[in-house]
Amino acid sequence: MSGTAAAANAEAGARVPAPIGLLAELTHRCPLQCPYCSNPLELERVGSELPTEAWLDVLAQAAELGVLQLHLSGGEPTVRRDLEEIVAQAAKVGLYSNLITAAVLLTRERLEKLAACGLDHVQISLQDADPANADRIAHYRGGHARKLEAASWARALGLPLTVNAPIHRQNIASLPAIIELAVSLGAHRLEVAHVQYYGWALANRAALMPTREQVLRSAELVERARERLKGFLVIDFVVPDYYASRPKPCMGGWGRGIITITPWGKVLPCHAAETIPGLDFDNVRGKRLGDIWRGSQAFNAFRGIAWMREPCRSCELREVDWGGCRCQAFAFAGAAAEADPACGKSSRHAAFTQVAMQEASAPAPAFRYRRPRAGAR
Amino acid sequence: MSDANQPRRTIIGPASKPVLPPHVKLRHDATRDRWIILAPERVFTPDAIAVAVLQLCDGSRSVATIAAELAQAYDAPQEDILADTTVMLQDLADKGVVTA
Repeated sequence: MSGTAAAANAEAGARVPAPIGLLAELTHRCPLQCPYCSNPLELERVGSELPTEAWLDVLAQAAELGVLQLHLSGGEPTVRRDLEEIVAQAAKVGLYSNLITAAVLLTRERLEKLAACGLDHVQISLQDADPANADRIAHYRGGHARKLEAASWARALGLPLTVNAPIHRQNIASLPAIIELAVSLGAHRLEVAHVQYYGWALANRAALMPTREQVLRSAELVERARERLKGFLVIDFVVPDYYASRPKPCMGGWGRGIITITPWGKVLPCHAAETIPGLDFDNVRGKRLGDIWRGSQAFNAFRGIAWMREPCRSCELREVDWGGCRCQAFAFAGAAAEADPACGKSSRHAAFTQVAMQEASAPAPAFRYRRPRAGAR
Repeated sequence: MSDANQPRRTIIGPASKPVLPPHVKLRHDATRDRWIILAPERVFTPDAIAVAVLQLCDGSRSVATIAAELAQAYDAPQEDILADTTVMLQDLADKGVVTA
């Protein structure tokens, strides 16, 4: 980056609005092995996880900074024995807490405790509506049945429930059944979330990528279900951008509203940001969160529009989609400041879509399940 | 399939007694000096009129009562307030922000 652009971006950091959401990845430990996990391929080790007091302090700093929503995620956040303390702190400092869980380790007693500590919302992932296929995808026998049980406890305890269903070629035929399952579980909200191809999902893309026709059909099904279930079930729909013509406004724009903190305490503009070389991530162990949000090199690298090249720089949508996804630009164009290949204006767009179409029409290869590297623990 | 098991939409009428469900929180955001509604994966920013309505949504007042109170407070025609309030609350009910 040129000196002028760096100065412009540092200035952008100084007057940036306060963040809205904090994604707290409490751990990378997880009993499931979903091949589309958004965690990095290099998982962080249990011994390096932030201690309880550090998380409690971070939540207080986040609330002070203006964060409103806290997403407790992982890995599987319920493996942390101090989750109750963390939830209680969120309630104390006024953060709206959302537990994003695989739910297979939950007991009714634990969920009851978490509710008593002030947990606001539970999100449970389902891999399919078909138990055998769901357990195969998560590589965890009996997991689906446990998830359904945990969902019923959440409702019995009066906790609002979101069902999150990651969608891909190996479960997309079940979409109508998944919608009905969410209704029968008493969910308030359903996320029909086409897999986003980063981390493990990128490594498994050929095993997961649906065809364009399947994606369009899923959009129609969701639209019809939304109309039928209006006022009863909120359905959010996330599309894969390989078949799009305009990129998604990734993270609502780099460094504009969301902070991710890794189990070790690294502060990231997005959970995949570590795949981009040359970014310098600060850690909550050494700095205040507000100073990191405003001043960190990683946050300021792609904040605003000063970093943009053509075709983004002169694009009339540059402050709508903020140039799309930097990680995807790096993965496909070799430079994070290039256009997101999901954009029709990118010179790599045709090749990008071609990859998806070829992979989706070829037989699916075996999953590479999410596992820590041998010897990593 | 029996209709009894089908989900139903909350329909707001003059006799409805709207209330925010426990997981929906209306509060003042000091950092940005504005009112917000916090809901799962959502932050709504209600305008001053919506805030005035929502602060009266306690599950015991009916929409008609709320409209009457607001008509008096703002010295406005009650029928207009009732119509506007019903539309607004129906929209919020469809977003899961109020139940009745």
